[in-house]
Amino acid sequence: MNEIAAKLTSKDFASDQEVRWCPGCGDYSILKQVQTVLPDLGRPREEFVFISGIGCSSRFPYYMDTFGMHSIHGRATAIATGLKATRPDLSVWIITGDGDSMSIGGNHFIHLLRRNPDVNVLLFNNQIYGLTKGQYSPTSEQGKVTKSSPMGSVDYPFNPIALCLGADATFVARTMDRDPKHQQAIIKRGYDHKGTSLVEIYQNCNVFNDGAYEIYTEKSSKKEETLMMEHGKPLIFGENNDKGIKLDGFKPVIVSLNDVSVDDLWVHDETDLVKATIISRFYDDPGKENHFPRPFGVFYVNNNKRTFDDLFNEQITEAKETKGPGELNQLLAGRETWVVN
Amino acid sequence: MSLIDKRYFRDVSSEQDFYMAKTTENELESVVIRFAGDSGDGMQLTGTQFSNTTALFGNDIATFPDFPAEIRAPIGTLAGVSGYQIHFGSKKINTPGDMSDVLVVMNVAALKANIKGLRKGGVIIANSDGFDSKNMRLANVPEDKNPLTDGSLSEYDVKTIDVTKITRAALADSGMGTKEIDRCKNMFVLGLIYWMYHRDMQSSIEFITSKFSKNQAVMNANIKVLQAGWSYGETTEMFANRYNVAPAQMETGIYRSIMGNQAAAYGLIAASVKCGLPLFYGTYPITPASDILHELSKYKNFDIKTFQAEDEIAAICSSIGAAFGGSLAITGSSGPGIALKGEAIGLATMLEMPLVVVNVQRAGPSTGMPTKTEQADLMQAMYGRNGECPVVILAAQSPSDCFTMAYEACRIALQHMIPVFFLSDGYIANGAEPWKFPQSDDLPEIKVSFVPQRAAEDPKFMPYQRDEKLSRPWAIPGTKGLEHRIGGLEKQNITGNISYDGDNHELMTHLRQEKVDKVANNIPLQTIDTGAETGDLLILGWGGTYGALKTATTILRGEGLNVSHAHVRYLNPFPKNLGDILKNFKTVVVPELNNGQLVKIIRDKYFVDAIPFNKIQGQPFMSDEVVRKIKEILA
Repeated sequence: MNEIAAKLTSKDFASDQEVRWCPGCGDYSILKQVQTVLPDLGRPREEFVFISGIGCSSRFPYYMDTFGMHSIHGRATAIATGLKATRPDLSVWIITGDGDSMSIGGNHFIHLLRRNPDVNVLLFNNQIYGLTKGQYSPTSEQGKVTKSSPMGSVDYPFNPIALCLGADATFVARTMDRDPKHQQAIIKRGYDHKGTSLVEIYQNCNVFNDGAYEIYTEKSSKKEETLMMEHGKPLIFGENNDKGIKLDGFKPVIVSLNDVSVDDLWVHDETDLVKATIISRFYDDPGKENHFPRPFGVFYVNNNKRTFDDLFNEQITEAKETKGPGELNQLLAGRETWVVN
Repeated sequence: MSLIDKRYFRDVSSEQDFYMAKTTENELESVVIRFAGDSGDGMQLTGTQFSNTTALFGNDIATFPDFPAEIRAPIGTLAGVSGYQIHFGSKKINTPGDMSDVLVVMNVAALKANIKGLRKGGVIIANSDGFDSKNMRLANVPEDKNPLTDGSLSEYDVKTIDVTKITRAALADSGMGTKEIDRCKNMFVLGLIYWMYHRDMQSSIEFITSKFSKNQAVMNANIKVLQAGWSYGETTEMFANRYNVAPAQMETGIYRSIMGNQAAAYGLIAASVKCGLPLFYGTYPITPASDILHELSKYKNFDIKTFQAEDEIAAICSSIGAAFGGSLAITGSSGPGIALKGEAIGLATMLEMPLVVVNVQRAGPSTGMPTKTEQADLMQAMYGRNGECPVVILAAQSPSDCFTMAYEACRIALQHMIPVFFLSDGYIANGAEPWKFPQSDDLPEIKVSFVPQRAAEDPKFMPYQRDEKLSRPWAIPGTKGLEHRIGGLEKQNITGNISYDGDNHELMTHLRQEKVDKVANNIPLQTIDTGAETGDLLILGWGGTYGALKTATTILRGEGLNVSHAHVRYLNPFPKNLGDILKNFKTVVVPELNNGQLVKIIRDKYFVDAIPFNKIQGQPFMSDEVVRKIKEILA
């Protein structure tokens, strides 16, 4: 580990700018966890670059004492792709929200995942447009009453995890603002992944969409409503860890551990795309009867897809090796010339 | 001669002297040839080959490919006609020519679409197979009105050849299918024209050999038909005249032939080599700019990184990311793409980052006419963003000038930390001309330095501290002690922190404008291209109209009129002396291929009562129409 990097603390990653999110916003927790994780990564501070789009979450880079760019709406993904392609030595982080990544930046978002540059995406999902003061977002539930949808939104929401798997993302995970330990662990794992890591963070907007995730974050309901996935471990949940998920063919079923042995439960395998696809669809309205619990943790990891930055730069290296370094005078002269005396 | 099937014309090798004597040799100063056929007939390739050979021979040339937007429009229809015009001569050639002297047509649609551009008495070489009843129907020509037989072409010298039949006969033993054989037809025409103008076929033979190196049969077939075309000219009695066009008297030096988009790509590469930074080109395919991407992507060994993004916005944003990281960053497109990039150009302006935006203009608005030329994006470059967002704007005036101005765009962007527009257009992008190419050492130096690392005890790095040019420092990620944040929100001067202060916003707005204005200290003064420094009338042009305006000015001056021509390549800021030049003329006329854009800026900036002269037909100016207009104004 780099000696200087080893001495860094979370304070070293805090800029001198006053943090200006609303008091009580879930963003504070995410900022704190990132500042906590970064000193442990063993990298000098100047190698970190945070790039964001527009939205409440996108103010994030201003509060990090690293290199940063607060860009334009939805385009952080594209800017990060250009930066990582030309500077693979840097640790590039994309800070985005549900509107930034899945509405205005939807195109770049899926193409980022498809190309798989070695960058980290933190998707702050609060299911609302906060900065523009409370319109429904592409992850808001259908029927949501907001300033722009007084009779309820008619739009069906995206399922971000399913979307990412559909775009062939190589690291897909979900965590929540109210669980610092889990958040830190997932962010760290995202960083360790070589390829694009996508971490969806359930983040509470206490001004425009307060309590959206309460059922998953509050002690009283958390154990019953969430499914904490761990690689190699059976899918168990419930107030008394008394429920599990079993696969009946391709059909998941909730079973009681009073009736079914733990050995018969679905064992989570992060590398199994088919299973990840099934579990990503645990996206029921928690008010619905017999709904599945909401999964948290790492859905899927693919370590076999090479990164965009590697492939992109490999061609440059290969061209230099096979053709030799470019010679400008030769290029300008071309194949055929003639002399005028 | 052994290549020629004797069934279709007599082998007259033994009688060669007799026939040679019958062929009259003519000396010409210049010739305009237009090749026209179906978009699948290979007319662009034929034209390009003839151009290269002719340039190598030492003629001055100007070319004009004129093709439809559809890759393969319905065969035989007017919509599918693809043309390639070349003007070559022993004198200085400025334009591809107003009217052609020779028109090669592969079918009746090609004739119908191009006959009005052929001078009276000109030669038509027609492929008779393309005038059969099917082709007549496709071109909407009544059955009884075959132009080859109805006398309507009596004012022209018509040579009818069944190119299809001869090509098939020549390749009867090739083992190739009819479809493949018919694709060689264009080589027959090329060979024949080579014969007519005494051109050496070696360069084309080498081209065919390398292009089809993986398919021996196709390679041989093309060479065979090319030679058959030559032999046809030599052995038949059809052509009584052959022509000599002597090499042009050009400035001494080494030349090559170059197309505009190719030159632009080379200019960008040269800048990358000279400044020592890797080049990143983020782009999305669009006509007529894609050839810059194709060209650049061949030169990865020059550290040229091309990125075909998912859309126009990602293209420019990836370039902004690359610029942040310390690359020479370029994005390229045409008008519709530039419209999409607008917000990001604003971001680059706020970030005060070096970025070159290439716009190869085409006829608009919206999708417009993708393969047709226009100069209607000047206002877009000048004003097409939200807020006060000034950028530097340069425009190339000819195919080879695309090299110089693309290079200049990079130089200014890097030296001033500023976004720079490089404007080209479809006409010069696809046109070719001889180029006395420079040596690397001849090019202006481009020095770039990144901010060095800082120790903890050094004063805090200020990202918006400015130098005498008002440019801010380039501090790239990975440099210790320079951690800082930039973004699209208004910046506090010097510190770069977010600022909503009204006075600061006004200050920053003025600074961004002054920064552009100061570029005027770093560009050449405006010169008069043709004519005197003072006079009755100044023709003030910009962009690809250069050749037509130069020729028109020369003609007008030849007739004793006191007319001069100046061509502006630095459009924002203007050269410092432009205003003084304008004052030296009683009248200023601004011809443009748009509805009046430079003229508005000139009027606004210099209070000159400049007269607009506009053409918006997707076609370049003809010298003749400029001459007429100027005479009308002077009358």
